[in-house]
Amino acid sequence: MSGASTLRLGAAQAIGQTRFEARAATRETPLVKWLILGTALTFFAVFLLMPLIAVFVEALRKGWETYLSALIDPDALSALRLTLLAAAIALPLNLVFGVCAAWAIAKFEFRGKHFLITLIDLPFSVSPVIAGLIYVLVFGAQGWLGPWLAEQDVKIIFAVPGIVLATVFVTFPFVARELIPLMQAQGKEEEEAAVVLGASGLQTFWHVTLPNVKWGLLYGVILTNARAMGEFGAVSVVSGHIRGETNTLPLHVEILYNEYQFAAAFAVASLLALLALVTLGIKTWIEHRAAHAHHDLHEGQS
Amino acid sequence: MNTATLATPFPRPPATPHLRVLPGFRLTLGYTLTYLSLLVLIPLAAVFLKTAELSFSEFRDVVTAPRVVASYKLSFGMSLLAAAINAVFGLLLAWALVRYSFPGKKLIDALVDLPFALPTAVAGISLTALYAKNGWIGQFLEPLGIQVAFKPLGVLVALVFIGLPFVVRTVQPILEDLDTELEEAATSLGAQRGQAFRHVILPIVFPALLTGFALAFARAVGEYGSVIFIAGNLPMVSEITPLMIITKLEQYDYTGATAIATVMLLLSFTLLLAINGLQAWTAKSTGRDR
Repeated sequence: MSGASTLRLGAAQAIGQTRFEARAATRETPLVKWLILGTALTFFAVFLLMPLIAVFVEALRKGWETYLSALIDPDALSALRLTLLAAAIALPLNLVFGVCAAWAIAKFEFRGKHFLITLIDLPFSVSPVIAGLIYVLVFGAQGWLGPWLAEQDVKIIFAVPGIVLATVFVTFPFVARELIPLMQAQGKEEEEAAVVLGASGLQTFWHVTLPNVKWGLLYGVILTNARAMGEFGAVSVVSGHIRGETNTLPLHVEILYNEYQFAAAFAVASLLALLALVTLGIKTWIEHRAAHAHHDLHEGQS
Repeated sequence: MNTATLATPFPRPPATPHLRVLPGFRLTLGYTLTYLSLLVLIPLAAVFLKTAELSFSEFRDVVTAPRVVASYKLSFGMSLLAAAINAVFGLLLAWALVRYSFPGKKLIDALVDLPFALPTAVAGISLTALYAKNGWIGQFLEPLGIQVAFKPLGVLVALVFIGLPFVVRTVQPILEDLDTELEEAATSLGAQRGQAFRHVILPIVFPALLTGFALAFARAVGEYGSVIFIAGNLPMVSEITPLMIITKLEQYDYTGATAIATVMLLLSFTLLLAINGLQAWTAKSTGRDR
């Protein structure tokens, strides 16, 4: 599912534009060009740009005071804390998993490898609502472990652990998805050389593999973080919407919106929109850095 | 070529003899399988086991109830339509980004990923504000008698929003890799620009376009957050299938919710297989599997 969200390191981008426009055979007549460009940009403006701008305009509609008071509201702050907590737990878990999965898949041959990759992709193709539902079926009051958990006085569904679980599920493949193709493309000769020369497995990973995949790893991490902080559907199913306790920022947006506190809802939403913009900014920066590193590498080799 | 292949799912690893110099195979694979089973596979299996508690006729009654069938029609119909719209405009946008230079291009290229990064609830309330009767876009559609917010059309708008990057990002790398020589050869053989596009470019781009379409469709069918705010959620009219699962859960009808989830999961798995096949086809037809 994430084919589209993978990092693009194509060095072709830089030379691409002039390449096509410079030749008569790959150029359209001005009329056709402006028609295509006009249609594409109008579509972009209406469907992507306007929703983004509207968030900030609606947030500031009632002035800065309303905006700030919506952000420092105790319920908003506790939602922010829970959002940060869920991301802070989901991120390292999926990071370790992603690195392990990529190491096993990229550096070794075994049967069923492609099937395993498909399984890792599964959470992308499952509706977020179902992602929440599955944990209700396992840990909920009527679920498999429900009665036992009740005896132990442990609450998972409609409590923080459920929110963390749902967050881990929806962000499950991101790091693995970025690392697997990168590490496969890298091959394993460098690592094998390091091991033969006496490096331990961890040293090899740290000094040989990691420098080669750091940009992809970083991108996987920021994607995981963005999705973890912004998840709505899955978290909504397991949260129980208890104000001040099991509300994350996106759920807080929903509650405010349904109470017709539109300015406050958009104020909190603008925080999440900023997070999205920062994520895209870092992504662009990583692609820029990685393209340069790639370029330098090839210059050095030729 | 080696980094360009990153955009395709997984390049085939070079064939090597079964000689393991590197350590950590058992540990990392064991951890991968355990973590995957505990967090994904076993909980997902719960859906099927819970559904198995129903007799076949009970299952059929739940998943073919009129309100549920109406939600399938809305979810699948609008998802198909949204994916088709995205295929057309996503191709145009990818084409503009690859072939033309214009001011603000880098910014636009970066913002194409916005629907991935923007939390769905934020997109949902923002689109609702835009398309409400007095919203920026809604106020112009209202006199024309077109209502978007709180109507089935609202579902379509939200699904177009979230699906767009799938098409652009699948098609864009293929367009970037096209050799100018192909079109030059077509032109020198007397082809018009339109003919060159139809007979030379489109066949190369088509598998990727279809993959993008399928990815956008798969995402749209399961989408929840961005849709529920703008849909209006009227029974039989503007309820999407994921909302039916939520509704059943709120009524503590766990088996009902799970039965509908089973139908959706089966569709998702079918789509996942189809997308894997399509991606293999893309890789093959563009020579990216080497």
